[in-house]
Amino acid sequence: MFELFIFFGYAAILIGAALGVIVARNPVHSVMFLVLTFFTSAILWLLLEAEFLAMTLVLVYVGAVLVLFLFVVMMLDIDTTSMRSHFMRYVPLGVLVAIIAIAQVWSVVWLRNQGFSSLVRPPPAPADYSNTRALGEVLYTEHVYAFELAAFILLLAIVAAIVLTMRRRPGIKVQDISAQVGVKSTDRVRIVKMKAETA
Amino acid sequence: MLTLTHFLMLSGALFSIAIAGIFINRKNMILLLMCIELQLLAVNFNFIAFSHFLGNTDGQIFVFFILTVAAAEAAIGLAILVVLFRTRASIDVEDMDSLKG
Repeated sequence: MFELFIFFGYAAILIGAALGVIVARNPVHSVMFLVLTFFTSAILWLLLEAEFLAMTLVLVYVGAVLVLFLFVVMMLDIDTTSMRSHFMRYVPLGVLVAIIAIAQVWSVVWLRNQGFSSLVRPPPAPADYSNTRALGEVLYTEHVYAFELAAFILLLAIVAAIVLTMRRRPGIKVQDISAQVGVKSTDRVRIVKMKAETA
Repeated sequence: MLTLTHFLMLSGALFSIAIAGIFINRKNMILLLMCIELQLLAVNFNFIAFSHFLGNTDGQIFVFFILTVAAAEAAIGLAILVVLFRTRASIDVEDMDSLKG
């Protein structure tokens, strides 16, 4: 019963924050609402006993990805008024599509629920059960190739982001190490032949 | 009593809000990226709920990989956005018509 109160309380915050993301006037406020959304979901994931992923969501998503979003939103000088010029025109269509989508999902879930009722919530895990350990045991054995691929995808993302945003401006004064090392004495010193002066 | 239906309906609502966000903010590309993040979160919710109710950790492994790929996607997407803003001085989706699509 207490869990139900927690669930509905946090679900209300989650839905409210998600609505805040899509209707906020200022993109910075949108990112802040997104932080609240992810944080609330992490708490709901704790309710589902997915402790490791809840912490990962807070550390990786709120700590890294959303801060990256915040940086980009603050770095770009976005003209918010022109961005919202057609806001009201798109609202009816967006709400209509969302209502259709939500009706579809809920009707299927409700229909399926007739058969799901046997699927009761498992009892809470014992105190010495470690979710991180359970995940690690399958992650490093059964899914080790996928894990290596995920690491490679992250490397790819690093390289791609650097290559995309790096720019070479002409005429900029930077050190060219290979040119410095490969320099010859003739490039530096010029010997001029001239007659000795006579007194 | 908390059931699987509660979580499925919550994630369905979250997904629909994100769809509405894509329609409403169709001019602002950075908000489109944020709505995609919201959709991924809704999908992850389903995976975790099923993982818990079926007593199988494979769903959580899936979420782990989705989080990894989503982080990579956000990094590359934002890099593209920065380059786009540098060349066009705008992130309006309607300005991106150089391919005449």
